[in-house]
Amino acid sequence: MNVPDDFLYTETHEWIKREGDNIRVGITDHAQSELTDVVYVELPKMDRAANAREAIAVVESVKAASDIYAPVKGKVVEINKALEADPGLINREPFGQGWLFVLKVDSPDDLAKLKDAAAYRQQIG
Amino acid sequence: MTETAQKTTPLYQEHVRRGARIIPFGGWLMPVQYTSIVEEHQAVRNNVGVFDISHMGQFIVKGAGAGDWLNTMLTNNISKLDVGVGQYTFLLNEAGGIIDDLIVYRIGDQEFLLVVNAARVDDDFNWLDPHRPKEVSLTNRSADFGGVAIQGPRIAELFHALFGPHIDLPPRNSIVDLNFKETTVSIARTGYTGEDGVEIFFRAEIATDLWNAVLEKGEKLGIKPCGLGARDTLRLEVCYPLNGSDLSPEHNPIEAGLGFFVDLSKPSFIGRDVLQRTKENGPAQKLVPFRMEGKGPPPRPHYTVFSNGERIGEVTSGTLSPSLNYGIGMAYLSAPLAKIGTKIEIEIRAQKFPATIEKKPLYKKS
Repeated sequence: MNVPDDFLYTETHEWIKREGDNIRVGITDHAQSELTDVVYVELPKMDRAANAREAIAVVESVKAASDIYAPVKGKVVEINKALEADPGLINREPFGQGWLFVLKVDSPDDLAKLKDAAAYRQQIG
Repeated sequence: MTETAQKTTPLYQEHVRRGARIIPFGGWLMPVQYTSIVEEHQAVRNNVGVFDISHMGQFIVKGAGAGDWLNTMLTNNISKLDVGVGQYTFLLNEAGGIIDDLIVYRIGDQEFLLVVNAARVDDDFNWLDPHRPKEVSLTNRSADFGGVAIQGPRIAELFHALFGPHIDLPPRNSIVDLNFKETTVSIARTGYTGEDGVEIFFRAEIATDLWNAVLEKGEKLGIKPCGLGARDTLRLEVCYPLNGSDLSPEHNPIEAGLGFFVDLSKPSFIGRDVLQRTKENGPAQKLVPFRMEGKGPPPRPHYTVFSNGERIGEVTSGTLSPSLNYGIGMAYLSAPLAKIGTKIEIEIRAQKFPATIEKKPLYKKS
Protein backbone atom coordinates (compact mmCIF):
# COMPACT_ATOMS: atom_id res chain seq x y z
CA MET A 1 0.00 0.00 0.00
CA ASN A 2 1.33 3.41 -0.98
CA VAL A 3 2.16 5.72 1.99
CA PRO A 4 4.23 8.70 0.75
CA ASP A 5 7.02 9.71 3.15
CA ASP A 6 6.52 13.47 2.80
CA PHE A 7 2.88 13.49 4.00
CA LEU A 8 1.40 13.49 7.50
CA TYR A 9 -1.51 11.20 8.49
CA THR A 10 -4.41 10.84 10.90
CA GLU A 11 -5.78 7.85 12.76
CA THR A 12 -8.93 8.26 10.61
CA HIS A 13 -6.99 7.79 7.32
CA GLU A 14 -6.72 11.37 6.08
CA TRP A 15 -3.41 12.45 4.53
CA ILE A 16 -2.02 15.96 5.03
CA LYS A 17 0.37 17.80 2.75
CA ARG A 18 1.91 21.03 4.07
CA GLU A 19 1.74 24.01 1.75
CA GLY A 20 3.06 26.96 3.78
CA ASP A 21 0.38 27.90 6.35
CA ASN A 22 -2.12 25.70 4.56
CA ILE A 23 -2.62 21.96 4.44
CA ARG A 24 -4.06 19.94 1.58
CA VAL A 25 -6.16 16.98 2.78
CA GLY A 26 -7.31 13.77 1.15
CA ILE A 27 -7.90 10.15 2.10
CA THR A 28 -5.14 7.57 1.94
CA ASP A 29 -4.67 4.79 -0.58
CA HIS A 30 -5.50 2.37 2.23
CA ALA A 31 -8.78 4.22 2.94
CA GLN A 32 -9.85 4.34 -0.71
CA SER A 33 -9.09 0.64 -1.13
CA GLU A 34 -11.17 -0.16 1.96
CA LEU A 35 -14.08 1.95 0.66
CA THR A 36 -13.72 1.04 -3.05
CA ASP A 37 -16.00 2.50 -5.70
CA VAL A 38 -16.43 6.05 -4.35
CA VAL A 39 -19.69 7.27 -5.89
CA TYR A 40 -20.37 10.57 -4.15
CA VAL A 41 -18.41 13.24 -2.31
CA GLU A 42 -19.91 15.96 -0.16
CA LEU A 43 -17.33 18.74 0.13
CA PRO A 44 -17.18 21.29 2.95
CA LYS A 45 -18.45 24.84 2.32
CA MET A 46 -15.79 27.35 1.39
CA ASP A 47 -14.62 29.57 4.27
CA ARG A 48 -16.17 27.41 6.94
CA ALA A 49 -14.27 27.06 10.19
CA ALA A 50 -13.50 23.57 11.43
CA ASN A 51 -12.29 22.18 14.71
CA ALA A 52 -9.74 19.40 14.88
CA ARG A 53 -11.45 16.03 14.30
CA GLU A 54 -14.70 17.68 13.23
CA ALA A 55 -16.52 15.85 10.41
CA ILE A 56 -16.59 18.31 7.50
CA ALA A 57 -16.91 16.14 4.39
CA VAL A 58 -18.51 12.84 3.42
CA VAL A 59 -17.21 10.22 1.02
CA GLU A 60 -19.79 7.66 -0.08
CA SER A 61 -19.08 4.28 -1.61
CA VAL A 62 -21.75 1.97 -3.01
CA LYS A 63 -22.07 0.39 0.39
CA ALA A 64 -21.72 3.20 2.95
CA ALA A 65 -21.19 6.88 3.79
CA SER A 66 -17.96 7.77 5.64
CA ASP A 67 -17.19 11.03 7.44
CA ILE A 68 -13.96 12.87 6.66
CA TYR A 69 -12.44 14.89 9.50
CA ALA A 70 -10.49 18.14 9.68
CA PRO A 71 -7.05 16.99 10.87
CA VAL A 72 -6.48 20.24 12.82
CA LYS A 73 -8.36 23.48 13.61
CA GLY A 74 -8.58 25.78 10.61
CA LYS A 75 -10.63 27.32 7.84
CA VAL A 76 -11.57 25.83 4.47
CA VAL A 77 -9.92 27.89 1.71
CA GLU A 78 -10.13 25.55 -1.26
CA ILE A 79 -12.31 22.58 -2.25
CA ASN A 80 -11.85 20.04 -5.02
CA LYS A 81 -14.89 20.69 -7.22
CA ALA A 82 -13.61 18.09 -9.73
CA LEU A 83 -14.77 15.37 -7.33
CA GLU A 84 -18.41 16.35 -7.83
CA ALA A 85 -18.26 15.26 -11.47
CA ASP A 86 -15.73 12.46 -10.99
CA PRO A 87 -15.71 11.02 -7.45
CA GLY A 88 -13.70 8.04 -8.77
CA LEU A 89 -10.62 10.34 -8.72
CA ILE A 90 -10.34 9.36 -5.06
CA ASN A 91 -9.89 5.72 -6.05
CA ARG A 92 -7.59 6.41 -8.97
CA GLU A 93 -5.37 9.14 -7.51
CA PRO A 94 -5.89 9.26 -3.75
CA PHE A 95 -2.71 11.30 -3.11
CA GLY A 96 -3.04 13.49 -6.20
CA GLN A 97 -6.12 14.67 -8.13
CA GLY A 98 -8.34 12.97 -5.52
CA TRP A 99 -7.57 15.58 -2.80
CA LEU A 100 -10.61 16.89 -0.90
CA PHE A 101 -9.96 20.34 0.56
CA VAL A 102 -7.31 22.84 1.70
CA LEU A 103 -7.38 24.19 5.25
CA LYS A 104 -5.72 27.38 6.45
CA VAL A 105 -4.32 26.14 9.73
CA ASP A 106 -5.00 28.21 12.90
CA SER A 107 -1.90 27.07 14.71
CA PRO A 108 0.87 25.27 12.78
CA ASP A 109 2.03 23.70 16.07
CA ASP A 110 -1.07 21.48 15.93
CA LEU A 111 0.50 19.61 13.00
CA ALA A 112 3.07 18.11 15.38
CA LYS A 113 0.28 15.89 16.80
CA LEU A 114 -0.25 14.13 13.47
CA LYS A 115 1.34 10.82 12.49
CA ASP A 116 4.32 10.55 10.18
CA ALA A 117 4.42 7.97 7.39
CA ALA A 118 6.18 5.37 9.55
CA ALA A 119 3.56 5.63 12.31
CA TYR A 120 0.71 5.43 9.80
CA ARG A 121 2.27 2.40 8.10
CA GLN A 122 2.40 0.73 11.48
CA GLN A 123 -1.27 1.56 12.12
CA ILE A 124 -2.52 -0.04 8.90
CA GLY A 125 -0.21 -3.05 9.31
CA MET B 1 -21.80 -10.33 18.62
CA THR B 2 -18.07 -10.91 18.70
CA GLU B 3 -16.23 -12.31 15.70
CA THR B 4 -15.59 -15.60 17.48
CA ALA B 5 -19.34 -16.14 17.85
CA GLN B 6 -19.90 -15.76 14.09
CA LYS B 7 -20.40 -18.84 11.95
CA THR B 8 -18.41 -19.57 8.81
CA THR B 9 -19.53 -21.32 5.64
CA PRO B 10 -17.63 -24.28 4.11
CA LEU B 11 -16.24 -21.73 1.61
CA TYR B 12 -14.87 -19.30 4.21
CA GLN B 13 -11.23 -20.34 3.73
CA GLU B 14 -11.60 -19.96 -0.04
CA HIS B 15 -12.94 -16.42 0.42
CA VAL B 16 -10.03 -15.51 2.66
CA ARG B 17 -7.51 -17.20 0.36
CA ARG B 18 -8.84 -15.25 -2.61
CA GLY B 19 -8.60 -11.97 -0.72
CA ALA B 20 -12.28 -11.21 -0.13
CA ARG B 21 -13.23 -8.54 2.40
CA ILE B 22 -15.17 -10.31 5.15
CA ILE B 23 -18.00 -8.81 7.22
CA PRO B 24 -20.44 -10.19 9.77
CA PHE B 25 -23.90 -10.71 8.25
CA GLY B 26 -26.85 -12.38 9.96
CA GLY B 27 -24.55 -14.25 12.35
CA TRP B 28 -22.12 -15.30 9.60
CA LEU B 29 -18.72 -14.13 8.40
CA MET B 30 -19.36 -13.52 4.71
CA PRO B 31 -17.50 -11.88 1.81
CA VAL B 32 -18.92 -8.42 1.14
CA GLN B 33 -16.70 -8.00 -1.92
CA TYR B 34 -13.67 -9.47 -3.62
CA THR B 35 -12.37 -6.57 -5.70
CA SER B 36 -15.14 -4.03 -6.21
CA ILE B 37 -18.90 -4.12 -5.77
CA VAL B 38 -19.32 -2.34 -9.10
CA GLU B 39 -17.06 -4.78 -11.01
CA GLU B 40 -18.80 -7.78 -9.47
CA HIS B 41 -22.20 -6.26 -10.22
CA GLN B 42 -21.25 -5.69 -13.88
CA ALA B 43 -19.87 -9.24 -14.18
CA VAL B 44 -23.31 -10.58 -13.23
CA ARG B 45 -25.19 -8.18 -15.53
CA ASN B 46 -22.88 -8.77 -18.52
CA ASN B 47 -21.30 -12.21 -18.08
CA VAL B 48 -21.64 -14.36 -15.00
CA GLY B 49 -20.85 -14.24 -11.27
CA VAL B 50 -20.84 -16.74 -8.43
CA PHE B 51 -21.99 -16.15 -4.84
CA ASP B 52 -21.60 -18.24 -1.71
CA ILE B 53 -25.13 -18.69 -0.33
CA SER B 54 -24.18 -21.40 2.17
CA HIS B 55 -25.31 -19.14 5.02
CA MET B 56 -28.90 -19.57 3.90
CA GLY B 57 -30.91 -22.12 5.84
CA GLN B 58 -32.14 -25.39 4.36
CA PHE B 59 -35.01 -27.35 5.91
CA ILE B 60 -36.47 -30.64 4.74
CA VAL B 61 -40.18 -31.21 5.47
CA LYS B 62 -41.32 -34.75 4.84
CA GLY B 63 -44.08 -37.22 5.58
CA ALA B 64 -47.77 -37.90 5.00
CA GLY B 65 -49.64 -34.59 4.88
CA ALA B 66 -46.47 -32.48 4.59
CA GLY B 67 -47.90 -30.44 1.72
CA ASP B 68 -51.25 -29.84 3.44
CA TRP B 69 -49.48 -28.74 6.60
CA LEU B 70 -47.10 -26.37 4.78
CA ASN B 71 -50.14 -24.88 3.06
CA THR B 72 -51.41 -23.79 6.49
CA MET B 73 -48.00 -22.27 7.38
CA LEU B 74 -47.08 -20.50 4.11
CA THR B 75 -48.94 -17.91 2.04
CA ASN B 76 -48.48 -19.25 -1.49
CA ASN B 77 -50.27 -22.38 -2.69
CA ILE B 78 -48.23 -25.59 -2.37
CA SER B 79 -50.84 -27.58 -4.30
CA LYS B 80 -49.79 -25.72 -7.45
CA LEU B 81 -46.34 -27.30 -7.25
CA ASP B 82 -45.49 -30.40 -9.26
CA VAL B 83 -42.56 -32.46 -8.05
CA GLY B 84 -39.38 -30.58 -8.97
CA VAL B 85 -40.88 -27.09 -8.92
CA GLY B 86 -40.44 -24.27 -6.40
CA GLN B 87 -42.29 -21.09 -5.45
CA TYR B 88 -41.56 -17.90 -3.53
CA THR B 89 -43.67 -17.66 -0.38
CA PHE B 90 -43.98 -16.12 3.09
CA LEU B 91 -44.01 -17.44 6.63
CA LEU B 92 -46.25 -15.15 8.70
CA ASN B 93 -47.09 -14.67 12.35
CA GLU B 94 -50.71 -14.54 13.59
CA ALA B 95 -50.82 -10.79 12.91
CA GLY B 96 -49.81 -11.34 9.28
CA GLY B 97 -46.31 -9.93 9.94
CA ILE B 98 -43.50 -11.47 7.92
CA ILE B 99 -41.31 -13.90 9.86
CA ASP B 100 -39.45 -14.85 6.69
CA ASP B 101 -39.63 -14.96 2.91
CA LEU B 102 -38.41 -18.18 1.37
CA ILE B 103 -38.52 -20.56 -1.55
CA VAL B 104 -40.24 -23.90 -1.10
CA TYR B 105 -39.40 -26.66 -3.61
CA ARG B 106 -41.45 -29.83 -3.89
CA ILE B 107 -38.70 -32.47 -4.18
CA GLY B 108 -40.95 -35.51 -3.70
CA ASP B 109 -44.69 -36.12 -3.51
CA GLN B 110 -44.65 -35.37 0.23
CA GLU B 111 -41.13 -33.98 0.57
CA PHE B 112 -40.12 -30.31 0.45
CA LEU B 113 -36.93 -28.26 0.56
CA LEU B 114 -37.30 -24.84 2.19
CA VAL B 115 -34.51 -22.33 1.56
CA VAL B 116 -34.74 -19.63 4.22
CA ASN B 117 -32.82 -16.51 5.20
CA ALA B 118 -29.61 -16.98 7.22
CA ALA B 119 -30.62 -14.71 10.08
CA ARG B 120 -34.05 -16.36 10.36
CA VAL B 121 -33.11 -20.05 10.55
CA ASP B 122 -33.76 -20.38 14.28
CA ASP B 123 -36.88 -18.18 14.27
CA ASP B 124 -38.36 -20.15 11.38
CA PHE B 125 -37.56 -23.51 12.92
CA ASN B 126 -38.91 -22.50 16.33
CA TRP B 127 -42.10 -21.26 14.71
CA LEU B 128 -42.64 -24.25 12.41
CA ASP B 129 -41.70 -27.03 14.82
CA PRO B 130 -44.45 -26.61 17.48
CA HIS B 131 -47.08 -26.31 14.71
CA ARG B 132 -45.94 -29.56 13.08
CA PRO B 133 -48.21 -32.63 13.04
CA LYS B 134 -46.39 -35.73 14.30
CA GLU B 135 -46.57 -37.53 10.93
CA VAL B 136 -44.48 -34.75 9.36
CA SER B 137 -40.77 -34.42 10.02
CA LEU B 138 -38.91 -31.11 9.97
CA THR B 139 -35.13 -31.30 9.62
CA ASN B 140 -32.72 -28.38 9.68
CA ARG B 141 -29.92 -29.56 7.38
CA SER B 142 -28.25 -26.13 7.18
CA ALA B 143 -25.05 -27.15 8.96
CA ASP B 144 -24.38 -30.07 6.60
CA PHE B 145 -25.20 -28.35 3.32
CA GLY B 146 -23.82 -25.46 1.34
CA GLY B 147 -25.04 -23.47 -1.60
CA VAL B 148 -23.81 -21.27 -4.42
CA ALA B 149 -25.71 -18.99 -6.77
CA ILE B 150 -24.36 -18.70 -10.32
CA GLN B 151 -26.01 -15.77 -12.04
CA GLY B 152 -25.68 -13.93 -15.32
CA PRO B 153 -26.47 -14.14 -19.04
CA ARG B 154 -23.67 -16.67 -19.71
CA ILE B 155 -25.13 -19.21 -17.27
CA ALA B 156 -26.00 -21.76 -19.97
CA GLU B 157 -22.41 -21.91 -21.27
CA LEU B 158 -21.07 -22.35 -17.76
CA PHE B 159 -23.70 -24.92 -16.85
CA HIS B 160 -22.79 -27.05 -19.86
CA ALA B 161 -19.09 -26.72 -19.10
CA LEU B 162 -19.77 -28.00 -15.58
CA PHE B 163 -22.34 -30.72 -16.16
CA GLY B 164 -21.93 -31.72 -19.79
CA PRO B 165 -23.13 -30.38 -23.14
CA HIS B 166 -26.16 -32.68 -23.33
CA ILE B 167 -27.61 -31.91 -19.91
CA ASP B 168 -30.39 -29.31 -19.99
CA LEU B 169 -30.73 -26.45 -17.56
CA PRO B 170 -33.82 -27.03 -15.42
CA PRO B 171 -36.77 -24.82 -16.43
CA ARG B 172 -37.30 -21.58 -14.50
CA ASN B 173 -38.23 -22.21 -10.82
CA SER B 174 -37.55 -25.93 -11.22
CA ILE B 175 -35.04 -28.03 -9.33
CA VAL B 176 -33.20 -31.15 -10.53
CA ASP B 177 -30.62 -33.49 -9.05
CA LEU B 178 -27.39 -33.94 -11.01
CA ASN B 179 -24.02 -35.49 -10.32
CA PHE B 180 -20.94 -33.49 -9.62
CA LYS B 181 -17.88 -35.71 -9.12
CA GLU B 182 -20.05 -38.66 -8.02
CA THR B 183 -21.96 -36.55 -5.51
CA THR B 184 -25.59 -35.55 -5.95
CA VAL B 185 -26.21 -31.81 -6.08
CA SER B 186 -29.59 -30.08 -6.43
CA ILE B 187 -29.78 -27.36 -9.05
CA ALA B 188 -32.59 -24.82 -9.07
CA ARG B 189 -33.21 -22.26 -11.82
CA THR B 190 -33.71 -19.44 -9.35
CA GLY B 191 -31.82 -16.40 -8.12
CA TYR B 192 -31.79 -13.00 -6.49
CA THR B 193 -30.20 -10.80 -9.14
CA GLY B 194 -32.73 -10.33 -11.94
CA GLU B 195 -30.45 -12.30 -14.28
CA ASP B 196 -30.88 -15.84 -15.52
CA GLY B 197 -29.06 -18.25 -13.27
CA VAL B 198 -29.06 -21.23 -10.95
CA GLU B 199 -28.71 -21.93 -7.27
CA ILE B 200 -26.90 -25.17 -6.39
CA PHE B 201 -27.32 -26.95 -3.06
CA PHE B 202 -24.84 -29.62 -2.01
CA ARG B 203 -23.22 -31.43 0.89
CA ALA B 204 -20.68 -29.21 2.63
CA GLU B 205 -17.78 -31.61 1.89
CA ILE B 206 -17.75 -30.78 -1.82
CA ALA B 207 -18.16 -27.00 -1.41
CA THR B 208 -14.55 -26.09 -2.19
CA ASP B 209 -14.29 -28.45 -5.19
CA LEU B 210 -17.50 -27.12 -6.68
CA TRP B 211 -16.62 -23.46 -6.03
CA ASN B 212 -13.22 -23.81 -7.66
CA ALA B 213 -14.62 -25.77 -10.61
CA VAL B 214 -17.18 -23.00 -11.21
CA LEU B 215 -14.48 -20.33 -11.17
CA GLU B 216 -12.13 -22.36 -13.37
CA LYS B 217 -14.77 -23.23 -16.01
CA GLY B 218 -16.13 -19.71 -15.83
CA GLU B 219 -12.81 -17.98 -16.33
CA LYS B 220 -13.06 -17.60 -20.09
CA LEU B 221 -16.67 -16.40 -19.69
CA GLY B 222 -15.53 -13.47 -17.52
CA ILE B 223 -16.76 -14.92 -14.23
CA LYS B 224 -16.13 -13.14 -10.94
CA PRO B 225 -16.59 -14.39 -7.41
CA CYS B 226 -19.07 -11.93 -5.90
CA GLY B 227 -19.86 -10.75 -2.40
CA LEU B 228 -22.91 -9.57 -0.52
CA GLY B 229 -22.34 -5.99 -1.73
CA ALA B 230 -23.05 -6.85 -5.36
CA ARG B 231 -25.83 -9.20 -4.29
CA ASP B 232 -27.51 -6.21 -2.64
CA THR B 233 -27.14 -3.76 -5.57
CA LEU B 234 -28.30 -6.43 -8.05
CA ARG B 235 -31.40 -7.39 -6.10
CA LEU B 236 -32.34 -3.77 -5.35
CA GLU B 237 -32.21 -2.77 -9.04
CA VAL B 238 -34.90 -5.38 -9.71
CA CYS B 239 -36.76 -4.58 -6.45
CA TYR B 240 -36.40 -7.95 -4.77
CA PRO B 241 -36.97 -7.35 -1.05
CA LEU B 242 -34.32 -8.00 1.58
CA ASN B 243 -35.54 -9.63 4.78
CA GLY B 244 -34.71 -7.54 7.83
CA SER B 245 -34.67 -4.34 5.74
CA ASP B 246 -37.70 -4.30 3.43
CA LEU B 247 -39.52 -7.17 5.13
CA SER B 248 -40.09 -7.55 8.86
CA PRO B 249 -42.77 -8.70 11.32
CA GLU B 250 -44.04 -5.07 11.37
CA HIS B 251 -45.25 -5.39 7.77
CA ASN B 252 -47.33 -7.90 5.85
CA PRO B 253 -46.88 -9.06 2.23
CA ILE B 254 -49.76 -6.89 0.96
CA GLU B 255 -48.07 -3.77 2.36
CA ALA B 256 -44.81 -4.98 0.81
CA GLY B 257 -46.53 -5.10 -2.60
CA LEU B 258 -46.06 -8.87 -2.79
CA GLY B 259 -49.69 -10.01 -2.71
CA PHE B 260 -48.96 -12.08 -5.83
CA PHE B 261 -47.31 -14.65 -3.53
CA VAL B 262 -50.32 -14.84 -1.20
CA ASP B 263 -53.20 -17.14 -2.13
CA LEU B 264 -56.24 -15.83 -0.25
CA SER B 265 -58.38 -18.51 -1.91
CA LYS B 266 -56.80 -21.04 0.45
CA PRO B 267 -59.30 -21.65 3.31
CA SER B 268 -56.76 -21.06 6.05
CA PHE B 269 -53.15 -20.25 6.74
CA ILE B 270 -51.53 -18.35 9.58
CA GLY B 271 -52.08 -14.63 9.06
CA ARG B 272 -54.76 -15.10 6.40
CA ASP B 273 -57.52 -13.10 8.11
CA VAL B 274 -55.31 -10.06 8.63
CA LEU B 275 -54.18 -10.15 5.00
CA GLN B 276 -57.78 -10.47 3.82
CA ARG B 277 -58.67 -7.33 5.79
CA THR B 278 -55.59 -5.46 4.53
CA LYS B 279 -56.57 -6.35 0.99
CA GLU B 280 -60.20 -5.24 1.46
CA ASN B 281 -59.43 -1.99 3.30
CA GLY B 282 -56.18 -1.19 1.49
CA PRO B 283 -52.86 -1.06 3.34
CA ALA B 284 -51.98 2.02 5.42
CA GLN B 285 -48.42 1.93 4.07
CA LYS B 286 -46.91 0.53 0.91
CA LEU B 287 -43.39 -0.47 -0.03
CA VAL B 288 -42.46 1.36 -3.24
CA PRO B 289 -39.29 1.76 -5.29
CA PHE B 290 -37.97 5.25 -6.03
CA ARG B 291 -35.13 6.94 -7.87
CA MET B 292 -33.18 10.07 -6.99
CA GLU B 293 -33.46 13.01 -9.37
CA GLY B 294 -30.39 15.01 -10.37
CA LYS B 295 -27.09 14.84 -8.60
CA GLY B 296 -27.10 13.93 -4.96
CA PRO B 297 -25.92 11.41 -2.44
CA PRO B 298 -27.28 7.87 -2.69
CA PRO B 299 -30.21 7.03 -0.40
CA ARG B 300 -29.58 4.72 2.57
CA PRO B 301 -31.78 2.71 4.95
CA HIS B 302 -33.59 4.76 7.64
CA TYR B 303 -33.45 8.08 5.79
CA THR B 304 -36.74 9.93 6.20
CA VAL B 305 -39.06 10.50 3.24
CA PHE B 306 -41.04 13.75 2.89
CA SER B 307 -43.80 15.02 0.65
CA ASN B 308 -44.69 18.72 0.73
CA GLY B 309 -42.73 19.14 3.95
CA GLU B 310 -44.58 16.33 5.69
CA ARG B 311 -42.95 13.09 6.85
CA ILE B 312 -44.53 10.22 4.90
CA GLY B 313 -42.24 7.28 5.52
CA GLU B 314 -38.78 5.78 5.75
CA VAL B 315 -36.24 4.31 3.34
CA THR B 316 -35.67 0.57 3.88
CA SER B 317 -33.05 -0.06 1.17
CA GLY B 318 -30.91 2.30 -0.87
CA THR B 319 -27.75 2.49 -2.91
CA LEU B 320 -26.21 3.98 -5.99
CA SER B 321 -27.34 1.74 -8.85
CA PRO B 322 -24.24 0.57 -10.75
CA SER B 323 -26.36 -0.20 -13.84
CA LEU B 324 -28.33 3.04 -13.89
CA ASN B 325 -25.75 5.32 -12.27
CA TYR B 326 -28.23 7.13 -10.05
CA GLY B 327 -29.48 6.62 -6.51
CA ILE B 328 -32.28 4.08 -6.04
CA GLY B 329 -34.15 2.70 -3.07
CA MET B 330 -37.30 1.35 -1.56
CA ALA B 331 -39.41 2.92 1.17
CA TYR B 332 -42.60 2.30 3.10
CA LEU B 333 -44.78 5.31 2.40
CA SER B 334 -48.23 6.41 3.44
CA ALA B 335 -50.45 4.57 0.93
CA PRO B 336 -52.39 7.50 -0.61
CA LEU B 337 -49.04 9.07 -1.62
CA ALA B 338 -47.35 5.85 -2.68
CA LYS B 339 -48.21 6.17 -6.37
CA ILE B 340 -45.96 5.80 -9.41
CA GLY B 341 -44.72 9.19 -10.57
CA THR B 342 -45.24 10.96 -7.23
CA LYS B 343 -42.47 13.42 -6.36
CA ILE B 344 -40.97 12.88 -2.93
CA GLU B 345 -37.96 14.13 -1.00
CA ILE B 346 -35.32 12.14 0.84
CA GLU B 347 -33.68 13.80 3.83
CA ILE B 348 -29.92 13.22 3.79
CA ARG B 349 -27.75 14.93 6.44
CA ALA B 350 -30.42 17.57 7.18
CA GLN B 351 -30.91 18.41 3.51
CA LYS B 352 -33.79 17.32 1.28
CA PHE B 353 -33.10 15.79 -2.16
CA PRO B 354 -35.77 15.19 -4.84
CA ALA B 355 -36.83 11.69 -5.82
CA THR B 356 -39.67 10.07 -7.79
CA ILE B 357 -41.67 6.94 -7.07
CA GLU B 358 -41.09 4.47 -9.87
CA LYS B 359 -42.62 1.19 -10.94
CA LYS B 360 -40.97 -2.17 -10.44
CA PRO B 361 -38.38 -3.15 -11.54
CA LEU B 362 -36.12 -0.11 -11.41
CA TYR B 363 -33.72 -1.78 -13.84
CA LYS B 364 -34.83 -3.69 -16.91
CA LYS B 365 -32.53 -5.37 -19.38
CA SER B 366 -32.54 -3.45 -22.65
